[in-house]
Amino acid sequence: MRLTFPHMGNMYIPLKAMLQYLGADVVLPPPTTKKTLTLGVKHASEFACMPLKLNLGNFIEAHERGADTVVMAGGCGPCRFGYYAQIEHAILREIGCDMELIVLEPPEKHISEFIAKVRKIAGTRSWWQVIQAIRFGYQKARAVDLVEIASFKARPRELVPGATDRAYDRALALIDGAASPDELKYIVEEALQIMAGVAQEHSRPVLRIALIGEIYTLLDPFSNHSLERRLGLLGVEVDRSIYLSEWVNDHLFMGLIKGMRSKKEACAAAAPYLRHFVGGHGQETVGSAVNYARAGYDGLIQVFPFTCMPEIVAKSILPGVSDDLDIPVLMLIMDEQSGEAGLMTRLEAFVDLLARRKETGEVVNR
Amino acid sequence: MRIGIPRALLYYYYYPMWKTFFEELGAEVVLSSPSTKGILAQGLKYAVDEVCLPVKMSFGHVLDLAGKVDYVFLPRMVSVEHRKYICPKFLGLPDMIRCLDGVPPLIDVNVNLYRKDRDLYTAVKKAGSYLTANQIKIWVAYRRSVAALQKYNRLLQLGLIPEEALAVLEDRVKNEPLPYPSDLNVAVIGHPYNIYDPYISMNLVGRLRDMGATVFTSEQVPEKIVSKYAERLPKRLFWTLGQRMIGAAFHYLDRVDISGMVHVAAFGCGPDSMTGDMIERQAHALQAPFLSLTLDEHTGEAGILTRIEAFLDMVRWRQAEASGL
Repeated sequence: MRLTFPHMGNMYIPLKAMLQYLGADVVLPPPTTKKTLTLGVKHASEFACMPLKLNLGNFIEAHERGADTVVMAGGCGPCRFGYYAQIEHAILREIGCDMELIVLEPPEKHISEFIAKVRKIAGTRSWWQVIQAIRFGYQKARAVDLVEIASFKARPRELVPGATDRAYDRALALIDGAASPDELKYIVEEALQIMAGVAQEHSRPVLRIALIGEIYTLLDPFSNHSLERRLGLLGVEVDRSIYLSEWVNDHLFMGLIKGMRSKKEACAAAAPYLRHFVGGHGQETVGSAVNYARAGYDGLIQVFPFTCMPEIVAKSILPGVSDDLDIPVLMLIMDEQSGEAGLMTRLEAFVDLLARRKETGEVVNR
Repeated sequence: MRIGIPRALLYYYYYPMWKTFFEELGAEVVLSSPSTKGILAQGLKYAVDEVCLPVKMSFGHVLDLAGKVDYVFLPRMVSVEHRKYICPKFLGLPDMIRCLDGVPPLIDVNVNLYRKDRDLYTAVKKAGSYLTANQIKIWVAYRRSVAALQKYNRLLQLGLIPEEALAVLEDRVKNEPLPYPSDLNVAVIGHPYNIYDPYISMNLVGRLRDMGATVFTSEQVPEKIVSKYAERLPKRLFWTLGQRMIGAAFHYLDRVDISGMVHVAAFGCGPDSMTGDMIERQAHALQAPFLSLTLDEHTGEAGILTRIEAFLDMVRWRQAEASGL
């Protein structure tokens, strides 16, 4: 059994570590490229959202590398992600890439369904080892996120152009290479040291923009055209409403690890505008917008794939938040048609607008 | 007190229930005008570009009620059956509408039966509390409204479209309409608010009937058959309307007396992108004639008409070929 899974930004680092800790044979799909997207677009239905198309492309490419089993997460609606695995499986079978499918999702009838799936991956290993593997995966996810956050801070202030990107790649490679939890402990330190080693001009004035929206397009640099990097190079410090480790803590550990930002705060903040969950991360998007505005950010960028239902609801509501809390919002919708030049023009214009606003605002307040 | 009900979205499933309930409690129920270009234009003006056509239309209908009513009844339809949702946009609809200017106050009770069935009455009580404090009156009105809904559903199962069924319920016609003369049967699968709104669907049902086809929709298939056919899916579907469409489509594709299928989807509809795909795959596998219509505010009537005509021609040729003519 050779396992594979879809890409979502840096998710491959923790997930691979977790599966390999359990002794699984992991085939990593090649990094998502234009070819991946083309493969996905060719075989998926036209109006399926972009993450489905990219997943499908990942699976086809992993199949070419010899993978025969797909591990995926599932869900129970109302966002269509809950039905991804089944649709993708049907498409794969139709085009002759028959792969076995293991969907990890809340069981429909009995907990035994879930246990059987875990057993399929873990083989004869004990539950203690499964828990250890999940812990190891989580620790890697956290390490990756810390490095990413450090890069967000360093990039707009770097003295040598490109230094942050080089440090970031090295730090990720180090974390990816950590083979055991013990090793990971000092590797995290080392990775953060590397990030801290980027020469920065700390007094440089920077704008602060928060990215909010749908999880896949936020976390996956291919699907959002490396939005964070581009903004960083325009002199903007970014933050994201979703990090992988926070998501895992919220949804898989039920908030077990204290002291992290949780979706509860976001949902509470959304209350006057959106009073009910709408699936996906719609309510979190609205809530994070409110929280970021209160935290004094200069602007917000909402990112989501074309036809994403929860984010469309959030998009309808965000103008109200923007008016009430006086914070500009830019909406970016990603699909296979989005072009880089158009994106750059919009980002530059938005950043110029925010910079001008900040300048005049400071003058007026003085 | 006047309560407005927009003639959009789940109006096509629940209007008799809502109307009976509010009238029993002594309110006057005002329905928005039938969909027109003007109503859609209002919706387009205020809705974000990305929402689907029926939701844009519903914005227009709510705005049509502005100034005519004291309240607009716009329940938050989260879930109407156990472990199934409607669609994320329905979950956020009252919040999206509340952002508009000049909208009358909303009665936006949460209808959420995702966990257990008895939660429905909490919503009913809350809606009733806008009109009366008398719990017994609310209970009686609720029972009558359920009875009205059952009667309506029976009429739909007989093959009447909502407009005709409502005419029968409101005694606007003497007899139930006679079957149209036809030489073939066509299944029309789609969300009720798309196929039954004559403006959105460009009167698809009426046109098919005029061209000599009897129309079968998913509302005519009893619930038991729907769930039996939907069990063919690898995983239980979590959308009520999607489940109905899939179950009915699989059922019709199995029936020899149905000669073709028209699938109607709104541009950018999330559930349709998944269920429509599965239906299309099944139709392909069975080599059944299948027409897929995607509608939005730019859809032209002439284009749709041409495609329906071509589709029916193709179905008729196939039939002639099969009978050896």
